[in-house]
Amino acid sequence: MSPAAVKKVRPKYLNLQALIFEIRLPVPGWVSILHRISGALLFVAIVWLLWMLDRSLTSEAAFERIRHNANLWPVKLSLLALIWAYCHHFFAGIRYLLLDLDKGIDLKTARLTSWLVLAASLLLTAWLGWKLW
Amino acid sequence: MTRRIVTGAHYGLRDWLAQRTTAGIMAIYSVIALVVFVSNKNLTYGVWRDLFSQGWMRVATLLFMASLAWHAWVGVRDILMDYIKPDGLRLSLQVLTLLTLASYIGWTIQILWR
Repeated sequence: MSPAAVKKVRPKYLNLQALIFEIRLPVPGWVSILHRISGALLFVAIVWLLWMLDRSLTSEAAFERIRHNANLWPVKLSLLALIWAYCHHFFAGIRYLLLDLDKGIDLKTARLTSWLVLAASLLLTAWLGWKLW
Repeated sequence: MTRRIVTGAHYGLRDWLAQRTTAGIMAIYSVIALVVFVSNKNLTYGVWRDLFSQGWMRVATLLFMASLAWHAWVGVRDILMDYIKPDGLRLSLQVLTLLTLASYIGWTIQILWR
């Protein structure tokens, strides 16, 4: 067998283990994909939120029923997810507006502001959840 | 700085700018809504109804909804362009998105001026 025929062992990176543990999306990448996911989530949720606004303004009984339903855990969980999506979309959006103005585009600052966006949206979600329930 | 001659219909720039302008409008509304929410300790039906019976709140909310519709149109269109490759399906979903957003604006007007 000639040496050329000996198969070179090359590292394979497109397996599940690599995808989960080895190839990591940088933090600004996470902020970016979460911006898209939260935006899509909010778009899908508009119909529900508008429906709640509609009901809540029709009568006191309907208003109280919505308030009561908001305490059921699946509803509460969904609302919290939407509040997070809104907060994330808000803070990440402000970050993008600043990036458009060439503010914070060097790697170090970009990573720092990404962490700030993630932290701020989680904190505001927790605070609003605490305020609401 | 890149200097180049931009050609074409320029709707890319218009949408880019629209997405950011509408984002600014919604951000301001969100901050006002947050302040109203925090300053009202006990949000009863009466407080809620009175808030939405005021002219400025109705106009601001409609402005928010119109901004949201335009903003979401640009965003959803971007998502559809990225992931939906068959032309017919993509066009159908885009038309569906536009109709949905337009109906949301109509619904909002109905809710606010009842």
